[in-house]
Amino acid sequence: MLKMAFERQLCGSSGKMTLHVNIDVNKGDFVVIMGESGAGKSTLLRTLAGLEDAYGSIIFEDTAWLEGTKKLAVQQRNVGFVFQDYALFDNMSVKENLLFVNPDNEFAQTLLEMMEIAQISHRNVRQLSGGQKQRVALARALMRRPKLLLMDEPLSALDPRMRRKLTGQIKMLHERFEMTTLMVSHDVNEAKEMATRLWFVENGQVAEYPLSVLDTLYKEE
Amino acid sequence: MEWFHAIEWAPFVLSFKLAGLTAAILFFVALPFAWFLSQTRSRSKPFLEAFTALPIVLPPSVLGFYMLLLLSHNSPIGHFLEETFNIKLAFSFTGLVIASCFYSFPFMVQPLQSGFESLNPHMIEASYLAGKSSARTLWSVALPNIKPSLLTALIVTFAHTVGEFGVVLMVGGNIPHETRVASVAIYDLVEVMDYEKANIYAGLLLAFSFSVLLMVYWFNHRQKMRVGMV
Repeated sequence: MLKMAFERQLCGSSGKMTLHVNIDVNKGDFVVIMGESGAGKSTLLRTLAGLEDAYGSIIFEDTAWLEGTKKLAVQQRNVGFVFQDYALFDNMSVKENLLFVNPDNEFAQTLLEMMEIAQISHRNVRQLSGGQKQRVALARALMRRPKLLLMDEPLSALDPRMRRKLTGQIKMLHERFEMTTLMVSHDVNEAKEMATRLWFVENGQVAEYPLSVLDTLYKEE
Repeated sequence: MEWFHAIEWAPFVLSFKLAGLTAAILFFVALPFAWFLSQTRSRSKPFLEAFTALPIVLPPSVLGFYMLLLLSHNSPIGHFLEETFNIKLAFSFTGLVIASCFYSFPFMVQPLQSGFESLNPHMIEASYLAGKSSARTLWSVALPNIKPSLLTALIVTFAHTVGEFGVVLMVGGNIPHETRVASVAIYDLVEVMDYEKANIYAGLLLAFSFSVLLMVYWFNHRQKMRVGMV
């Protein structure tokens, strides 16, 4: 469903290196991507979304997103993307953030209710707490009904209680909308809860590990 | 109130008309340019920025001299406009507007550019990910989130144009009701030693400039208080 074979220069914490990605994703997978800071996890997601240049090929459901250096525009990929820092449109209310993406009022209302934020739909997003902001960001990312959802450490800025709550909501959305999801995370618990596949990014290489590794990591922690 | 009746308002009206037109034209010209500068990773960026900032450091007489050469009927542009449309640019109000646009360009571009650069880049990317074009992102996301910078750009451009002297004198000369703006009128009054009138004119411009700056700083302070930065 998603075939990636590309490379890109990284300026990581340990100097310059090359990120090599050569891996496939199946429909309905929930991939959790772990690894050291600066290893290239975010770059992997950003390249997939079209926010970064790379060399190689990305093919999503028979459409070439990347061919050599030629890339399909971000706007045409219809990827749901959630940033760690929410990246909401500060000049808009909660609902306006969703409607800006897609003026489908009914669907916006459905998502707001699913995320339990319908009661704050007219508030300006500047006035929200971190947990509320991230739920708005999640709802906004789904407004175009993407088949692929990318999340770059969506929960790492939140407190443990809110993390648990959102972990459940993310899992529910992933299943309800039959999406394929890639999520960068540092949290073993989160990964255990959600992942159907586990990748580690180390020294610019992406490697797949069995989910049982998480149990070992959990005990170490 | 005798002094009030002694004032000839035409130079002020002309100054404000020139400044209003310049700010309006520059808003539409500088906005996409500032947006481009804030978003580009191109190597040409420093060159474009240096070129944009030139009017800040160049003596107005130098800029005015080149503008005069560019607009005069001996230049290809001036010649073309005069022959084809019968538009004379040197020593005319239209010429003044064009010269002012060059002169005040950095005062519109720089606040807008730094406003755009201070935005969270992820917010801009979120708009692209939502399928929106660069132009739509500029208008609906970027611009509404830099209101203080926008106000600063508009008002400082307006005020700076009211305050220009060298370029106006070089390009426009001193023609009553056509190119004699307030700053030139003061120069004129001092030359004929009418210090009393010059004093009134100068005082008015001083009061105007201070009020404008006060308004900008007050608004920006209030805006920062509102978003909790102070």
